[in-house]
Amino acid sequence: MLSIKNLQARIEEKQILNGINLDIKAGEVHAIMGPNGSGKSTLASVLAGRPEYEVTGGAVEFLGKDILELSPEERAGEGIFLAFQYPVEIPGLTTTNFIKTAVNEVRKYRGLEPYDAVQFLKLMKEKMALMEISQSLLSRSLNEGFSGGEKKRNEIFQMAMLEPKLAILDETDSGLDIDAIRIVANGVNKLRNKDNAVLVVTHYQRLLDYIVPDFVHVLYNGRIVKSGTKELALELEERGYDFIKNEVGQEA
Amino acid sequence: MNTIETIKERYQQLQSNNGSSALTPIEQNAFNSFTTLGIPTVKHEEWKYTRISSVFNKEYAFNPENLSSSISQTDLDSIRFPGYEEANELVFINGLYSPQLSVIRSENLTVISLEEATRNEHRELVLQHLGHSSKYIKDGLNALSTAFAAEGVFIHVNKGDIVEHPVYIYNIVDARTANVLSQPRMLIYVAQNAQVIFAETYATFGAAESFINQVTEIVVEKDALLEFYRIQNDAAHANQVNTTHIRQIGKSLVNTVTVSLDGGIVRNNLNIAMEAEYAESHFYGLYFLKGNTHVDNHTVVDNVKPHCESNELYKGVVDDSSTAVFNGKIFVQKDAQKTNAYQSNKNLLLSEDAAVNTKPQLEIFADDVKCSHGCTVGQLDEEAFFYLRSRGVSERTAKSLLIHAFAIDILEHIKPEKVREYVDQLISERLGVEVG
Ligand SMILES: Nc1ncnc2c1ncn2[C@@H]1O[C@H](COP(=O)(O)OP(=O)(O)O)[C@@H](O)[C@H]1O
Ligand SMILES: [Mg+2]
Repeated sequence: MLSIKNLQARIEEKQILNGINLDIKAGEVHAIMGPNGSGKSTLASVLAGRPEYEVTGGAVEFLGKDILELSPEERAGEGIFLAFQYPVEIPGLTTTNFIKTAVNEVRKYRGLEPYDAVQFLKLMKEKMALMEISQSLLSRSLNEGFSGGEKKRNEIFQMAMLEPKLAILDETDSGLDIDAIRIVANGVNKLRNKDNAVLVVTHYQRLLDYIVPDFVHVLYNGRIVKSGTKELALELEERGYDFIKNEVGQEA
Repeated sequence: MNTIETIKERYQQLQSNNGSSALTPIEQNAFNSFTTLGIPTVKHEEWKYTRISSVFNKEYAFNPENLSSSISQTDLDSIRFPGYEEANELVFINGLYSPQLSVIRSENLTVISLEEATRNEHRELVLQHLGHSSKYIKDGLNALSTAFAAEGVFIHVNKGDIVEHPVYIYNIVDARTANVLSQPRMLIYVAQNAQVIFAETYATFGAAESFINQVTEIVVEKDALLEFYRIQNDAAHANQVNTTHIRQIGKSLVNTVTVSLDGGIVRNNLNIAMEAEYAESHFYGLYFLKGNTHVDNHTVVDNVKPHCESNELYKGVVDDSSTAVFNGKIFVQKDAQKTNAYQSNKNLLLSEDAAVNTKPQLEIFADDVKCSHGCTVGQLDEEAFFYLRSRGVSERTAKSLLIHAFAIDILEHIKPEKVREYVDQLISERLGVEVG
């Protein structure tokens, strides 16, 4: 589904991704872990098409298409969704109005009829229940004054509304208590099927108890330095990132 | 004949035709001031960024009575605010009030000519307040309006009366046969405990140039409520200089919103003289400009007495080659202790050819006050823009949603729902998105 080959990227003059290779197949869950500043958010942002990042080498194919040529909105149309590490607050725009616009623009991209008010409401009710999110929250300005947990739940709610093929969750667990993590994980798991995939970016092993990964990769200095199965996450939790740094150091 | 000559001729004609009235000395004084001051040029301190004299260098017809014949019902219908079936409607054609086209639904709303008002029980009020704006607006245009004050309108709301229906004011200019200079003039008196809501707009018919020189003076008494909404969405060849001068002479509440969407050169002077303790005022502005439109908002809040509160927020979205000027003055006089005065001006600059000039000014002569002011000029938030696009929203729509989001907190202060929806609709159409 997603094939990343030797991806290199920089922001301003700073090289951050130094040749990432990663293959994700439909139905799989991959986790990317790594110390702060290793480039996890950069990778997620580059996949979603954030314009500030400049891709300096490599290729990314998604469902057979070269997505590096596509705008962020086209990538969303193709089925890529990024749950932001820091969701943006937009005073004056309600979540409901925003998501309605987004859902219908994505449907248009996919050649589907826009939802009318009734269909949209039905879909929204369903996903609200799934994410245990209230109507009143969605009627407020997007993320403005939301608690950390509300922001993250709102991200996953939007994901549920957009039904992506590849969901990239950037530290969606950070700042969440265990109940909120359960809700978020539950939302993600409900959407999983054999045709879509999830890329979980996280600092901690905790979320992976709920969204169980098929593969775990460790990102360090803009490279995937180690890959394994879910046991790798446990090992990292136990031993910290220093042992990776040491291993990498020894290889160099 | 140049416009100044045209003005002089008409002035002399009116003075000799109408004979003398209580307004004659006021008009004569004003006319003399006009002759001395002339049309303000960019050398005038308050007119640095707005070149109005060039507008005046054209030839204008200034004989509203002869020009006002051809406005049809269809013309009028095309500019009515929604909810007009339930509203009082005051129609001005080429600056002159038209009783025939106007509809007064509220019995407690008095609308008569200023000249008539000097011949009845309102005489003292008129003589006391008419022309008060000249204390703040010291230029020839203000004087020019007052020189023809007798043609203006006096609006009166009696003590304790609540004008149930909003008062819609339409300023129509018929520029189908000539360039037109027009001068709508009002003096509005809102008595103690009275309440009234105004919504005003402008429309030019025809392709010739229009220049409106409007002065509206409003007196608000104790415990009265005034809401005043102004929507400027006129043609690109329609220019206007507009003074709204509000005196809060009792502890009262004033809420105004000025929305400027289209026009040629538009200058809005808004003065709030807070002349009584515990007066409160809120004034908001939104200018959303395209093409070559130039909008200049000059506001003055004059805190004369203690314990007054004023909130001012003007927001601008400036696109294409349009230009905006914001000049906000807050005066706190020596006696006006415990003043709370807030002012903010925020701008979104959407094009490299657009420009904003913003200047807040605080002059405080009292020591125990809370005042703040601030202004920003920026672009659309990149972070927010990417966030929306990453969810599949196209660049164009994302931009529209963000502009709408920026503007919405001004629109929220338009309290009459019908007027608010009307403005929101105009903005949504401009943006090409359906929001909400
Ligand atoms: N806008 C930026 N300008 C310059 N450097 C940046 C910018 N954003 C991120 N970086 C740097 O890129 C590196 C990787 O950041 P990031 O991808 O956010 O790491 P992670 O998500 O793994 O913590 C860090 O060293 C960070 O300081
Ligand atoms: Mg990160």
